[in-house]
Amino acid sequence: MHETANTTSFLFGRLSWDAIPFHEPILLWTFIAVAIGGVALLALITRLGAWGMLWRDWFTSVDHKKIGIMYIVLGVVMLLRGFSDAIMMRIQQAWAFGDSMGYLPPHHYDQIFTAHGVIMIFFVAMPLVVGLMNIVVPLQIGARDVAFPFLNNFSFWMTVAGAVLVMLSLFVGEFAKTGWLAYPPLSGIAYSPDVGVDYYAWSLQIAGVGTLLSGVNFIVTIVKMRAPGMTLMKMPIFTWTALCTNVLIVAAFPVLTAVLALLSLDRYVGTNFFTNDFGGNAMMYVNLIWIWGHPEVYILILPVFGVFSEVVSTFSGKKLFGYASMVYATVVITILSYLVWLHHFFTMGSGASVNSFFGITTMIISIPTGAKMFNWLFTMYRGRIRFEVPMLWAVGFMVTFVVGGMTGVLLAVPPADFVLHNSLFLIAHFHNVIIGGVVFGLFAGINYWFPKAMGFRLDPFWGKVSFWFWLSGYWIAFTPLYVLGLMGVTRRLSHFDDPSLQIWFQIALVGAVLILFGIMAFLVQLYVSIRDRARLRDSSGDPWNGRTLEWSTSSPAPAYNFAFTPRVHEQDAWADMKQRGHRRPTSGFLPIHMPKNTAAGIVLAGLAMACGFALIWHIWWMAGAAFVALVASAIAHTFNSDRDFHIPAEEVARVEGERTRLLAQQV
Amino acid sequence: MSTTAQMASNAGEAPVFYLTEDHHPENGTLLGFWLYLMSDCLIFACLFAMYGVLGGSYAAGPGPKELFDLPLVAVNTSMLLLSSITYGFAMLEMQRSNKIPTLIWLFVTGCFGLAFLGIELTEFHHMIAEGAGPQRSAFLSSFFTLVGTHGLHVSFGIIWLVVLMVQVGQRGLTAVNQRRLSCLSLFWHFLDVVWIGVFTFVYLMGVLR
Repeated sequence: MHETANTTSFLFGRLSWDAIPFHEPILLWTFIAVAIGGVALLALITRLGAWGMLWRDWFTSVDHKKIGIMYIVLGVVMLLRGFSDAIMMRIQQAWAFGDSMGYLPPHHYDQIFTAHGVIMIFFVAMPLVVGLMNIVVPLQIGARDVAFPFLNNFSFWMTVAGAVLVMLSLFVGEFAKTGWLAYPPLSGIAYSPDVGVDYYAWSLQIAGVGTLLSGVNFIVTIVKMRAPGMTLMKMPIFTWTALCTNVLIVAAFPVLTAVLALLSLDRYVGTNFFTNDFGGNAMMYVNLIWIWGHPEVYILILPVFGVFSEVVSTFSGKKLFGYASMVYATVVITILSYLVWLHHFFTMGSGASVNSFFGITTMIISIPTGAKMFNWLFTMYRGRIRFEVPMLWAVGFMVTFVVGGMTGVLLAVPPADFVLHNSLFLIAHFHNVIIGGVVFGLFAGINYWFPKAMGFRLDPFWGKVSFWFWLSGYWIAFTPLYVLGLMGVTRRLSHFDDPSLQIWFQIALVGAVLILFGIMAFLVQLYVSIRDRARLRDSSGDPWNGRTLEWSTSSPAPAYNFAFTPRVHEQDAWADMKQRGHRRPTSGFLPIHMPKNTAAGIVLAGLAMACGFALIWHIWWMAGAAFVALVASAIAHTFNSDRDFHIPAEEVARVEGERTRLLAQQV
Repeated sequence: MSTTAQMASNAGEAPVFYLTEDHHPENGTLLGFWLYLMSDCLIFACLFAMYGVLGGSYAAGPGPKELFDLPLVAVNTSMLLLSSITYGFAMLEMQRSNKIPTLIWLFVTGCFGLAFLGIELTEFHHMIAEGAGPQRSAFLSSFFTLVGTHGLHVSFGIIWLVVLMVQVGQRGLTAVNQRRLSCLSLFWHFLDVVWIGVFTFVYLMGVLR
């Protein structure tokens, strides 16, 4: 009997049938729905015979455009999960007053708010941002791919592996109940002995490797692979912001890796970094995680500042106002983002001088950000503004984000922060900048570059419906939280005693439902656009009268991006080419050297995920085996020298001939 | 703007907007590897910071003076420094395209690396046997993590070294292999630099403390 128990625990670690939440009806029904949906999806793919196509053309692809599209699919799928968490919290908080306990027990509610934060930041915002950079940056700089195409594929699959682990925690075991940054000592082994924090740590470690490598990849791409003539000060602004973002990634993510590794050592080995006894210091964790965490919010917002710059300039039909100041503002924000981390915990009590320093640096960030805002306004001033969907998002952003920025400056004042710390005012503030900034920017970017990635535009009617629901939904959902925060209501509560507060939470729920409509309208927009793709087809390659190089090639761009590498003379290279009458070459094509697809990325990421899962459940033999297999496969990959091929000149001539025919129809 | 416009008007035709010949951007592997090394350097920076904050938290347990055996650490340091020199010799031979001498120097480098790891593991073993393991105090947690992370890097460096020796043996000093040897060279010297930080900051200053 005893021996069987030993064998079972050797084989399965702490994994047992108890880990499957049969006793939680909400989770059980979710699982049944997901399982039915998943089986239906797999059956559909099998019925369509699409597995071979998916594997060859997508999963193993090293084409930056396809990897970008896969990142965006991942981000949108995870948005649905992250938003389900959000609306569940809104329902609970609108309901659980006085005698009513709502419908979520605290241990479930705590997992939901943790998962919501983790998913929205790491598996929605990050994939969408990295996806846009993937699709756009090589095209904007006139390159044929990124510097390390295989690493790009590997990075994507590592991000997926992290996302799968987080999703798995819903049905096997549980997720962390600690809040999205998992502060110790709560996240230590003494207070969180379950698998939740381990799911958290390993999914972020695995996804973090992917993010770091894609950061390195994009810096090298932008530094080394720009088209001839594109000096740094002639780069499109989106590429500039992408460069700064990736510098931030490379300089910030190692800190996250280190701090999560230290937390894991505390949990697995019994070290005393962040424990209460044996000399540990929990505030070191809080410092280190915010040294990553504050740059992280700029990693998200800088690229969408780039999106807005491109969108505002294109739809105002003008060169961007204050290009140089925009570049300097971006660089200044990049640097300053490292000097403000302590404003997340003024209440630590490090004294007036330290708090003043970090309060002042925080306020200084609003200066370059304000400069950007004025640049966009002056770009619109006397422009011929076209209120297409991306431009609507840009204007909605400018109104919303300014308010979020100002509440941020309020919070930067240490005495005010002592009152507002961890209140709903803070929650309202960062949703104001993340939804009003990052999410609006991502929707602007998706609507703007969709035709370049897919070859047809998104339906504008449903795009506008989505925009208005999101905009009104945001304001109705979060303005009440500002009010409640000023009244002193703190975050992460699953039950309230004071019935006078209930009305505000009910209004917030109405806002969340409007956002739900916004998300549904976006999904309808995708469906309608795919259905009507013939009507929305972009055969010109330049549907918005764009200004940068990505619009100079066809939509969707061919595998090799550019048959001939463009030669850049001015900022807004494509606008310059159109203005000065370029002639698109129609002969003299050369064979093009391209990287080959490879399955190594998906295999390595799969092994990393298996290793992570085994570590979470203490299945040591499996963790060891997966790790050895991971290292061995990585080594085996370095022995593969068959990595590239040439697209023959005839094939290039055929593709370009097709484009010539389409362009001729335009006139 | 004016210069290009002038150039265009001088030539009397529209400026060139497309390159008609093949365009090959410079290989970015070494820059990429540098960036990776700098990110790795930040991981060490965090561990040094942890040691800086927690290095005095003995929790009534043993401190550096009781635990560190400086002569042994000095021998260990010399192993690593010598391995850096021999790696340098390997790179010189690589540049002269001498395959066998390159392999020999790489082998010697690997041996010094293994000696370093062996001495480090002996030191760890002694400390743990004396009841001064990583669980004993925050000081020991941060000590073992910082020094152990460095040792882990050296271990991966040795695995990488063996792989490259096989690849050089199979395919010779091709451009790809030269680039890989250069990357490992950067990595190896980087670990040396980190070790100098560890030796000074942890061992020497620890004993002085």
